[in-house]
Amino acid sequence: MSEPRIIWRKTVNSVMLTLTGVAAFGVVCVLFLILGYLIWNGGASLNWNFFTQLPKPVGETGGGMANAIVGSLKLLLLAALMGLPIGLLAGVYLAEFGGKTFSFVIRYTTDLLNGVPSIVIGIFAYALVVLPVKHFSALAGGVALGIMVIPITVRSTEEFLRAVPGTLREGAMALGASKWKTIATVVLPAASGGILTGMLLALARVAGETAPLLFTAFGNRYWAPGWGQPIASLPVMIYTYAISPYDDWHRQAWAAGLVLLMLVLLSNLGARFILARSKAV
Amino acid sequence: MGHQVPPKSGLRAFLDRLKGGDEVAHLITLTAAAGILLITSLLVLELWQTSALSRHKFGWTFFWTKVWDANFDNFGAAPFIYGTLVTSAIALIIAVPLGLASAIFLSELAPKRLSDVVSFLIDLLAAVPSVIYGLLGIFIVVPLMRTTLGPALKRVLGFTPLFSGPNYGVGFLTAGIVLAIMVVPFIISVSREVLMTVPREQREAALALGATRWESTWKVVVPWARSGIMGSVFLALARALGETMAVTMVIGNDPKISASLFAPGYTIASVIANEFTEATGDLYLSALIELGLVLFLMTFILNGMARLLIVATERGGGHPA
Repeated sequence: MSEPRIIWRKTVNSVMLTLTGVAAFGVVCVLFLILGYLIWNGGASLNWNFFTQLPKPVGETGGGMANAIVGSLKLLLLAALMGLPIGLLAGVYLAEFGGKTFSFVIRYTTDLLNGVPSIVIGIFAYALVVLPVKHFSALAGGVALGIMVIPITVRSTEEFLRAVPGTLREGAMALGASKWKTIATVVLPAASGGILTGMLLALARVAGETAPLLFTAFGNRYWAPGWGQPIASLPVMIYTYAISPYDDWHRQAWAAGLVLLMLVLLSNLGARFILARSKAV
Repeated sequence: MGHQVPPKSGLRAFLDRLKGGDEVAHLITLTAAAGILLITSLLVLELWQTSALSRHKFGWTFFWTKVWDANFDNFGAAPFIYGTLVTSAIALIIAVPLGLASAIFLSELAPKRLSDVVSFLIDLLAAVPSVIYGLLGIFIVVPLMRTTLGPALKRVLGFTPLFSGPNYGVGFLTAGIVLAIMVVPFIISVSREVLMTVPREQREAALALGATRWESTWKVVVPWARSGIMGSVFLALARALGETMAVTMVIGNDPKISASLFAPGYTIASVIANEFTEATGDLYLSALIELGLVLFLMTFILNGMARLLIVATERGGGHPA
């Protein structure tokens, strides 16, 4: 082996290894770029009115997105009520009760549902809820988001239940507890930190979803009392305002983007905090 | 064996077992699990049924008809399938090298602490809602493409049909770039996990034979994990195909097939997002839903393949033992 060959190999080695570091650094930079840009642009347009006022009619400047913030919260509440219980129970089934074949089918279906593009979920909710009553509604939007919550909750619930040591179950049963009592009073509490984390992450994910809401919850420039009317939401507002030709609307889109991003990132951080704390105990 | 209690039969026995609670709990959780099966089957059924009108009218020609004309009730999917495939291909061409390199850095080079912190930040990046990528796409990437990146590419590569023609800022290339940024985190986090399952001995053996760090990584570790890495690429592709908002905001929304990557185009997901609420007439709506069905099938197949590949790697590496 000649000397130049070794020098060449060493050069390739250090060049390529440096490049991998540069790549990783670049990707992380994107996150800070996004954050910085949103804070810079959104922070300037964010004011008290944004949280308390309704959108102004086209042509007038000012106004806020109070209805969209409340709308997003209402949609999330619906999604949580529909998606979390089914997800939790199905996760318990997979981890504690399931037989081999049926569990495999359920797991596979869950992954399939998780991979369905969100816009297709929107079509489904449209066909299921909007078509029969012939108008857009908060309920339809909640159904769309609820369906998306299910698969994420199922998989995280199952994963964290499986991580509970079998000895805990045996201990409870040896004391005479029945299986469901064991699950309800020993296994679920032991895994509660992880399960809660999964749920929070699931909600954080659907909180930013826009596509499935376009033709289910639609949008609304006013308050939408009850559950049967079209309702505004932050992501849809960002979309509508961003593609509009008005500068003032663009500013509001930035502000809404900042609020939404903060909401999503903080719940992600919160979820991780819960997980870390439950592991420490 | 004389003192055996005669087994209770029928309803009595069933009710007795219910009293214990186990059967009830089993039944309730089973119902929830079956509910998922029901929802998914219902989803496929609804897509199939509500697209019937369009499926019967156009048959297979739907896939290669290039016209999308609501006024004459003539609908073809070709421009949308083209746009979806082209933007996703651009996204992968950018995201795969970038993602794989970062994953190699995180699993092979970086100290554990640094690797964990960076992975956490990358997970956060994956959590950013797509409408926010779209917002940044409109106000950063589109102007950048119009004023800086586009002209530069034209100067260097303008002789190829891919980089010629007018450049409006919006188009296939812009959408591809935004998509690339969105799918990179998925490639990184899955690839990193797969790379970390490669046994230590593999690396040590290569190093002991005199390989450099890079050679052991590129010629031993990466090939070992290749099916898992392929899996991560398929997952990213499935996401890119189905991505709606960010693409809709930067692709220009024009149902045309153009060779130039600067040209505005349209994707399946974007046309559904844009036209669904204004679809007048049953056939129009049905054609849009058929597009949804096509999208569903594409992602379904890709996700299935991805999962198989990842499971295969985690079970025993790319090489037969």
